[in-house]
Amino acid sequence: MSRLPVPLILGAVLSSVFLAMALLSFVWTPHDVEQLVISQRLQPASAEFLLGTDQFGRDLLSMLMVGARVSLAVALVAVGIGVIIGVPLGLAAAATRGSLLDEVIMRGNDLIFAFPSLVIAILITAVFGPSAFNAILAIGIFNIPVFARVARGGALSLWTLDYILAARVAGKGKARISAEHILPNIANLLIVQATIQFSLGILAEAALSYVGLSVQPPTPSWGRMLSDAQTMIYTHPMLAVLPGLAIVLMVLGLNLMGDGLRDMLDPRLRRVRQ
Amino acid sequence: MLRYILGRLLSLSLSLIVASLVIFTVIEVIPGDPAAFMLGLNADEATVQALRADLGLDGSKAERYLAWIAGMIQGDFGTSYTYRVPVAELVADRLWVSLPLAVLSLILSTVIAFPVGLLAAANRGRAADYGIMGGTQLGIAIPNFWFGMLLVLVFAVNLRWFSAGGFPGWEEPLLALKSLLLPSVALALPQAAILARVMRSALIETLAQDYMRTARAKGLSRRQALLRHALRNALIPVLTIIGLQFSFLLAGAIIIENVFFLPGLGRLIFQGITQRDLVVVESVTMLLVFAVIVVTFLVDIAYAIADPRLRRRA
Repeated sequence: MSRLPVPLILGAVLSSVFLAMALLSFVWTPHDVEQLVISQRLQPASAEFLLGTDQFGRDLLSMLMVGARVSLAVALVAVGIGVIIGVPLGLAAAATRGSLLDEVIMRGNDLIFAFPSLVIAILITAVFGPSAFNAILAIGIFNIPVFARVARGGALSLWTLDYILAARVAGKGKARISAEHILPNIANLLIVQATIQFSLGILAEAALSYVGLSVQPPTPSWGRMLSDAQTMIYTHPMLAVLPGLAIVLMVLGLNLMGDGLRDMLDPRLRRVRQ
Repeated sequence: MLRYILGRLLSLSLSLIVASLVIFTVIEVIPGDPAAFMLGLNADEATVQALRADLGLDGSKAERYLAWIAGMIQGDFGTSYTYRVPVAELVADRLWVSLPLAVLSLILSTVIAFPVGLLAAANRGRAADYGIMGGTQLGIAIPNFWFGMLLVLVFAVNLRWFSAGGFPGWEEPLLALKSLLLPSVALALPQAAILARVMRSALIETLAQDYMRTARAKGLSRRQALLRHALRNALIPVLTIIGLQFSFLLAGAIIIENVFFLPGLGRLIFQGITQRDLVVVESVTMLLVFAVIVVTFLVDIAYAIADPRLRRRA
């Protein structure tokens, strides 16, 4: 067993820190994030408020913790939507290669790719109103074609292999082969893609909540913290710097982890690199 | 080649039809009556009726869809309910902010990414390569609107070289360009990071080809071979990404306009949302999707010209 790649370790550590913060926020935060205490507004960092407070007197560290939870939850569910709908579609397309079904699935995918995702997110929220649920929906829809494409690509190359032929000779149907033999063998590809989509989801959620189209107050989110901080940037720049740093470190951690996983799981790439 | 273009044109029109149907349907599924939705809860019945007639809501769904499309084709995007002026007029004003912003960012991102990607590929596996790749990882992780805020913090708040936002109008071209500079840098940097990575891997792939060995064998230096043969062949995947980036830049512009208080299409859409001006939202969305689909089409054509093999495959 060779040593784990450095980016993988670094990425896993960074992601775990934020995951721990998010999980901890369910049971404990240093201060209540929904209570506005004007007398404590804009406090500098101190023993009581480790990162200081914002213009409404809320503890910045507590807000960052709850923000991590929001952003991880939205991205996670959005990836879930992509996997649950996209992967079966991709598998079906590969199993019936060249058929009308394959054609319809792939054309449909092209179409979703042609839409700028943010524009659709705006359209959805314009009609149904801004909420975390609609943000998840808007981000999740665009994960479907991504996973369908990855699953189809991976599955197509497997369908030509001898052991799949053996399974067909043994009398297994296409659906069963896809579930029992194809899916476990493309799991690597899907895990790597899931990490990438997860980090993209976090960036998308941040952008949506920055323009007020995601989670609504009083629940804090990283994007909203940034838009709240915008008017304070002349006097209290740290309010704008910290939530942004949280986004960057979280996304960086996930990307490093995705790259590391790909290097580790894909023997072809490992060979090319040497 | 003509067959290829016709094929792409067919799929372009199909995409546009489906896209317009999707947008129309989404706006249609608003619970209740769009006129009542736009006017809010306290509107009286007579006003709602008047707006219904104004918006042409009396016809069937199919009639309304066809009227909307026919109008769009003729440049009539409907009338904004809140501004009481044709949407086309509103769009025309704001397009002159959003479009230059997207184009300027595209130019910046390409100008940054090309030398950086080239440098990384030429020094593959050495310190410069690792440094550049690490930098691009960071660039990809930075949300462009936050980078915009940092730029404001450094160049407007601390150094006072730029104003923190706003747009003076094109009557003073230099001032206008200056006010678009920080936003376009903010938009361009994350895209440049992605583009530099694509550039690097495309170059590394072409460097492994047999014709590169031939080029070296006939006496070209590494540098000459890289610039004359590898660069040209690596351009195809790079061109694809540049095309895709246009759609990101256009959408990114919507967000960045909020950071820098630029009166562009993005601001128009958000005003449309907050003021329930659905005609504006519907038409501007369609316009953005139209722009993206057309750019994708142009990129397809461009690389069919660059790579004859693609024409046959289609």
